[in-house]
Amino acid sequence: MSMDLLWLVPILPLLGSAILISSQGRLGQTAAALVGSGSVVLSAFVALLVGIDFLAQGGVPYSLKMWEWMDVGGFNPAFTLYLDGLSLVMVSVITGVGSLIHIYATGYMAGEEGYARFFAYMNLFVFAMLMLVLGDNLLVLYLGWEGVGLCSYLLIGFYHQDAANGLAARKAFVVTRVGDTAMALGLFLLFRELGSLEIQEVLVGANNLWAGGSSIVTAIALLLLGGAVGKSAQIPLQTWLPDAMAGPTPVSALIHAATMVTAGVYLIARMHDVYLLSPVAQLVVAIVGLLTLFISAFTALVQTDIKRVLAYSTMSQIGYMFLALGVGAWSAAVFHLMTHAFFKALLFLAAGSVILAMHHEQNIFRMGGLWRKLPVPFISMLIGSAALAALPLTSGFYSKDLILLTSWEYEYTGELFWLFSAIAAFVTSLYSTRLIGVVFFGSSASEVEDKSGLNMSLPLCILSVLALGGGWFGFSIVDNVLPDQGIYGVSHDGILPLVTAGIPIVGVAFGYLIFVRKIRLFSFWRESILIQKLNAFLFQGWGFDTLYDRIIVSPFIRVAKANSRDVIDRAYDFIVVLVRGANQIFTATQTGRLRWYALNMALGISIILLILLEVL
Amino acid sequence: MSILGLIFFLLAGGMLAWVSQRISEELPRWMALASLFASVFFLFYLADEPNSAGIFSEYNAPWIDRFGISFSFVMDGLSLALVALTIFLGFISVYAAWRQIKERTGFFYFNLLWTLAGVVGVFTAFDLFLFFFFWEVMLIPMYFLIAIWGHENKSYAALKFFLFTQISGLFLLAAIVALAYFNYSSSGELTFNYFRLLEANLPGNIEYLLMLGFFIAFVVKLPAAPFHTWLPDAHTQAPTAGSVILAGILLKTGAYGLLRFVIPLFPEASMDFRWFAMALGAFSVVYGGYLAYSQSDFKRLVAYSSISHMGFVLLGIFAWNQMAIQGSIVQMVAHGFSSAALFMMAGELQDRLHTRDMAKMGGIWMRAPRMGATALFFVAASLGMPGLGTFVGEFLILMGVFKVDIFLTIVAALGIIIAAVYSLVLMQKTFQGSSAVGRPEDISFPDFGIREMQAMLVMAIALIILGVYPQPLLDLTLPFVDGLEGVGR
Repeated sequence: MSMDLLWLVPILPLLGSAILISSQGRLGQTAAALVGSGSVVLSAFVALLVGIDFLAQGGVPYSLKMWEWMDVGGFNPAFTLYLDGLSLVMVSVITGVGSLIHIYATGYMAGEEGYARFFAYMNLFVFAMLMLVLGDNLLVLYLGWEGVGLCSYLLIGFYHQDAANGLAARKAFVVTRVGDTAMALGLFLLFRELGSLEIQEVLVGANNLWAGGSSIVTAIALLLLGGAVGKSAQIPLQTWLPDAMAGPTPVSALIHAATMVTAGVYLIARMHDVYLLSPVAQLVVAIVGLLTLFISAFTALVQTDIKRVLAYSTMSQIGYMFLALGVGAWSAAVFHLMTHAFFKALLFLAAGSVILAMHHEQNIFRMGGLWRKLPVPFISMLIGSAALAALPLTSGFYSKDLILLTSWEYEYTGELFWLFSAIAAFVTSLYSTRLIGVVFFGSSASEVEDKSGLNMSLPLCILSVLALGGGWFGFSIVDNVLPDQGIYGVSHDGILPLVTAGIPIVGVAFGYLIFVRKIRLFSFWRESILIQKLNAFLFQGWGFDTLYDRIIVSPFIRVAKANSRDVIDRAYDFIVVLVRGANQIFTATQTGRLRWYALNMALGISIILLILLEVL
Repeated sequence: MSILGLIFFLLAGGMLAWVSQRISEELPRWMALASLFASVFFLFYLADEPNSAGIFSEYNAPWIDRFGISFSFVMDGLSLALVALTIFLGFISVYAAWRQIKERTGFFYFNLLWTLAGVVGVFTAFDLFLFFFFWEVMLIPMYFLIAIWGHENKSYAALKFFLFTQISGLFLLAAIVALAYFNYSSSGELTFNYFRLLEANLPGNIEYLLMLGFFIAFVVKLPAAPFHTWLPDAHTQAPTAGSVILAGILLKTGAYGLLRFVIPLFPEASMDFRWFAMALGAFSVVYGGYLAYSQSDFKRLVAYSSISHMGFVLLGIFAWNQMAIQGSIVQMVAHGFSSAALFMMAGELQDRLHTRDMAKMGGIWMRAPRMGATALFFVAASLGMPGLGTFVGEFLILMGVFKVDIFLTIVAALGIIIAAVYSLVLMQKTFQGSSAVGRPEDISFPDFGIREMQAMLVMAIALIILGVYPQPLLDLTLPFVDGLEGVGR
């Protein structure tokens, strides 16, 4: 039974991290690379064995209890690992793509200060992410959830000497924590209602208790959604992700593209029964996804930093997954999660190679004509962009196609959902082409130096294969992972599938004309102030940062500054002032003059006598 | 008998430390260490199988018979947990003082050990008069620790600490005497014994007043806003060892008092009062956290964060269910470790930089990576990272409170967000960013050595164990929590 080895899958990266931390930087780079990437590769290998065994046994969910976390007042969460189709898909992506990124990083980070620290954080991240997807209890999931947040924080701020990176890291942590707190409240509510946080029990209990729908189940679903939008950088908690690009590029590939940011998708998919009970919550999920995919696709179109283009594109693609979850295309969401992990990790790693070759230049307009000098990154990026644009036969096509077609059939104005996501799909292919056109074609940049060795090129090649072909075998993997409201019911007849499939092709064609051939379409209104203003608005991500700064951050800081000396303490000071004042008054009466004392005594006696007389 | 031994050895050790200074300035710290080891021995001896009521040991002897005052000590699970924490942090504080305290070492360790003895007495005294006696015993040596070995503004801080505690102690004393009196007038027996007074029959409004007298004393000690303002000053000015004891243990006596006296002695009045107490707790969580964010002094920031963390404890205690109360107990112990470690960090930084102002720090990770990594760990503990003890405490408290009052849960949950903000600000201003410490050759900035790492590691491991397997602590205190009147699951 190799399934009993399941515990090794998360423990190996944890061990790797522990070794790297306790070495206190005394480990050489080779040894650190070996421990850091070796632990994840080993974990992937074990995961493979476990997965084969799992499938051989017919895919019956398997759980492995390690120990009981605590037992308080009827609340007894345990550290139990739970393996079913969904978690297997996630584990495969995390350890598989994770291994490739780790191997890539051994080359990318070579010579950097804090090399072992980097891999310590990365391994810790993989551990936390695995706990997130393997935990059979929402509290264990929450442990992983916060753990990946911490590692994300650490890795965004990896180059911590630069205060700006620290700021970006803190922003990421705090913004996601707003969502996490909503999620925690959701867990409290769940526990109050059902008396358990064990996922399978909760799902059964929810179905029994709220079969007819209930406002409580909607509240729970929306609170959990709060956590999901934070982690997955969806509107309204999306603002941290573009800044998170301050981290080293392999980090962006692993955490901010392939795994952690899809945790929200996983959470909703995992809790799908709760969402099925609340059509309102599902509608909200779909709207959140639609808004995000639409807004960030346009933002990606005008970015100049190669990583920010990819960051906004990630938000947009996760928006598609949320849309899929909202319209009930569960498997399609997980499918897109998987294919996206392949092609977006590929895009980021290829971008990393380009950035490294350009001596850490990230502005795409200072690149150009690189295709000859950087053939492997070029081809990788070409494949990744094709999959991102969802050109037919690439992996992204299969998954995105399913999402678009299912959304058309969604009962609440599905046509509108289709329309907006189709527009965004068009824009996606436009910015994908722009990326390729600007970076790899056109006038050639001067200083380029291909620094990638085999450890960097090999992961690119493997990911290229997956990004291209992931769709062909992908659906058989994610099929049956979750109950569907009709993936197979999606009709492929008529004109709609053709239109849907054709959009990316048209988009790429337009993109080619605009960004590669540089045909100046509509040049008359391109110069107008309105368009420039629109451009600036899009560039800033539709002004969310400014808005939050004005209504939350600035007032918070202003009040903090005003009250840094603690107004309550000042109130106590007032008592001191009173006592001191009284002291001065009474001291003044102590003149030392006999006449004064005699006068006062006489005065006092007469007052007392008067009082006595009155009383008598 | 062994409880007495525990306290006696701490008191006697303190005397010996004072005297031994005449022989050598080094000797007192060894005396302190020896008496702590002796108390560990007693603790192990005590922590045997408890009886069916969950009591490990008790001791009774008459003291002032005429007034029904006796030497009555009981060690149950709650007491044992807190006494163990006290002794543990006693070691940590001796360690913190080891090299920092160079003047009047004898008197220093005397005060340190007497504070600890007072705290152990507070945690084990089951006679209310005796309890008050120890309440005062721990106060005065602490005053000296701040006033003599403190930093630049020490006399102001020490006096403030003394006044706040003493005035609130007056309420406590009045309430204790009144409680004994009212019990005497109804039952005809003059006694200060805890168990007898549990059965006291009090008229409703009297019960409410007496409850308030206890409550004020404990809440000032805890402290909850708006009675907290002594704490930032006392913490900031105290020497490191003093801060460790203050934050790690002394604050817990307030929470202990609420658990041990306020709720059991005045259940009905407390029940009436609970919403107000919980609101105070939730307010402390947010207000303390917000002020922590506003500080630029490292130690003041940690001090205000303590107020926030102890607000959770207050909130949990008055939520009045098993989950929240046990969460509060875990939070008390976990905060003992995490705050002690952060105050040690503050002390170590101040020793090296001669400032606590975070504006003058920055980039320390580059100079001292071990300090950076250690600070990171305890910052994570302070912001409630799952897997560490603080998370278990806060999560259980909030989960328990949620059953009672959703609004206050939401308010306190805001505190979790603020905790992330101030904790990360602390980390960033000191250890990250560009180096403000100067170039390596300008100033000597030694990283943590083995000795410092050992102390930190012990506390880190304690937090991890509490975080992933808090069951032993929960089991230890379960009989006490079960025994609380009207506490539901």
